[in-house]
Amino acid sequence: MGHSYDKSKKIALKTILILGAITIFEVLFALTGKGHLFGGKLMMPGIAIALMMIVLSATKAYLIIYEFMHMKYEVPALVRTVLLPTILLVWAVIAFFYEGNDWQKRRDLIIQKNKEQVQKRDLDQNSDQSGMVKEIKNEDLIQG
Amino acid sequence: MADTITHPAQEVDEKLWKGGKSPFKISYGKLMMWYFLLSDAFTFAGFLIAYGSLRASMPTWPVPDFVFSTFPGGLHDKPLLFVTVMTFILLASSYTMVRAVQEGHRENKKGVIFWMILTIIGGLGFLGSQAWEWTTLIGEEHVTVTTNPFSAHTESGVYLEGDGHTINEGDTFIAGDPYLIHKHHGEWHQLSYKVTEGDDAGLVKQQNFGPRAFGALFFFITGFHGFHVLSGVIFLLIICVNVATGLYVERKNGYEMVEKIGLYWHFVDLVWVFVFLVFYLI
Repeated sequence: MGHSYDKSKKIALKTILILGAITIFEVLFALTGKGHLFGGKLMMPGIAIALMMIVLSATKAYLIIYEFMHMKYEVPALVRTVLLPTILLVWAVIAFFYEGNDWQKRRDLIIQKNKEQVQKRDLDQNSDQSGMVKEIKNEDLIQG
Repeated sequence: MADTITHPAQEVDEKLWKGGKSPFKISYGKLMMWYFLLSDAFTFAGFLIAYGSLRASMPTWPVPDFVFSTFPGGLHDKPLLFVTVMTFILLASSYTMVRAVQEGHRENKKGVIFWMILTIIGGLGFLGSQAWEWTTLIGEEHVTVTTNPFSAHTESGVYLEGDGHTINEGDTFIAGDPYLIHKHHGEWHQLSYKVTEGDDAGLVKQQNFGPRAFGALFFFITGFHGFHVLSGVIFLLIICVNVATGLYVERKNGYEMVEKIGLYWHFVDLVWVFVFLVFYLI
């Protein structure tokens, strides 16, 4: 809407070509960054690849919503009622990724703690001197 | 009459919400389609956020360009090629849908039918590709909702045995290298290896199964998306038949049904952009 038939046709063709080009670029970029192309000489850290992919995918989303779904030609009030609630989603993504990372840190901590070895002391001597209840030795625990 | 010519902007503001016309300059049906799509976006986002947070919480995760590297015709080691083809099929069907809507605007019945049929073919092509992808994962690689033989190493080491496919005895690997545990005659073959670096250097270990949630997340999320594509194809067929019978010629709002299914179809394409992002690209 807002355009003549021929103009709309041209815009649609241009949009699909850009979308296709971005997709090809995304795949080539990801494969290069992960070392599948150019003999693995142009490898990149995962975070750099992820950021690039997110930016490119957001561009694709913009083109699909604004051109194909005609959001560009709707009144601002409608655009706001549909798009503003998605800000909640952006927040949810950030919050849950943060939480997920924390789960991993905790898991690593537990694994690390499990590997820790406690130094053995001569427990019998200590308990005799202080008159305290005899402490249980590691060997007793293992035998049950 | 003199009172009404006070302030043009104020006049518009007052009359906009007093009824009689649409403040959003859009029909009720299209507006509700937008709100349905918004709620659907929240559903998909819930799934994808669950995927993202679980993946972030795992020390290791199946490597996408290793998991998705098969291609019809017995081809292997073609990372992301097949899923790129799938993406292009869906993108192309989005373009044909735009063309159908545009033909609807100029009341060109034949044009609408032509472009809608192309869109339906695109949708079916995508579903067929997804069926092939699932068949490969389930039938050949034995991924199920609760079992995930795909994983990646978390330490460096050397294999003590080969799998008869790509891994030979004595092959070395580093942290992050992917592997697939093979199943022969109903038995899993978890290869043993010797750790060469780090705290556990010298220990002999066995390949572990990957994060259990992977299969469930993959099948549920791509399945939910595929179900959307299937529903879309069915509605496209119904509306295409209605166009052909001339139902919309008599309607006051013309080919608006084509616009509504168009919105839905583009949304399915939009969701795929994000499924493609989190499952395959990152």
